[in-house]
Amino acid sequence: MNDLIQAVSIFSAALAVGLGAIGPGLGEGRAVASAMEAIARQPEAAGTISRTLFVGLAMIETMAIYCLVIALLVLFANPFIK
Amino acid sequence: MKSPLTLEPLFHVGPAPITEPVVVAWAVMALIAGFAALSTRRLALAPSRSQAAVEILVSTIDDQIRGTMQADPAPFRALIGSIFLFTLISNWSSLVPGVEPPTAHIETDAAMALIVFVATIAWGVRSRGIGGYLKTFAEPSWVMIPLNVVEQFTRTFSLIVRLFGNVMSGVFVVGIVLTLAGLIVPIPLMALDLLTGTVQAYIFAVLATVFIAAAVGERREPSADAAP
Repeated sequence: MNDLIQAVSIFSAALAVGLGAIGPGLGEGRAVASAMEAIARQPEAAGTISRTLFVGLAMIETMAIYCLVIALLVLFANPFIK
Repeated sequence: MKSPLTLEPLFHVGPAPITEPVVVAWAVMALIAGFAALSTRRLALAPSRSQAAVEILVSTIDDQIRGTMQADPAPFRALIGSIFLFTLISNWSSLVPGVEPPTAHIETDAAMALIVFVATIAWGVRSRGIGGYLKTFAEPSWVMIPLNVVEQFTRTFSLIVRLFGNVMSGVFVVGIVLTLAGLIVPIPLMALDLLTGTVQAYIFAVLATVFIAAAVGERREPSADAAP
């Protein structure tokens, strides 16, 4: 039984990271694309735009990081493995 | 592989086990306190080079707080500035060989988020009174009371997990790459870690400012507009 739970845990950890990276990936791509467009239109505002972009990217990336934390919880602190 | 969620005690002080993040966190605190004491010992009206550098740092933090809160930054400078500097230097402490950043363990982040949580309530009660602060939970209507109460805890929790996850994942990835490939390969990832560490320290401080600003409320101080 324990072996089965371990196998399922590893699989679900991989699934959590893989699926959880899709949304933030799409979101970050859109954010960077619009930031590039904005910089191309207004190069003088590049400083402000890239600073805001970094903060926004970190916020979006946090969603993927949550998935990573869940995956690590499943792998290392699984409450169902004795 | 070593779990990033568990800790081994290094040594014991009386009954209390002391782990590595505690030691590193105290070292970082001692570093900041020593630097602050040294750089403010001989303050002059015409600043020396080091004093000018510290003044730039303080005025940058002040500007950020003023921009976020629309209020006089003086009462919040100590807390927000300390949180920012401590998080930044903790995140960067991985540059010292053999040191793991204390923020890569959830306990340090939980302690800091708890400080922010308590400070939010304390400033809210101080500026509005207990009744006034409790009344903010019923805004915009009493239907929102459970949501607002839950939000207090979830946002603290997400503050913990955000910082922990970002810093820990950096350490973890560098560790994995180091076991796969030798000396030079992890360096770009470590450089990325420095960027992530800076951004996360900034975000942690900004979110703390936003939470406190929301608790204190819109009451603008008259000196805020007069200040340059």
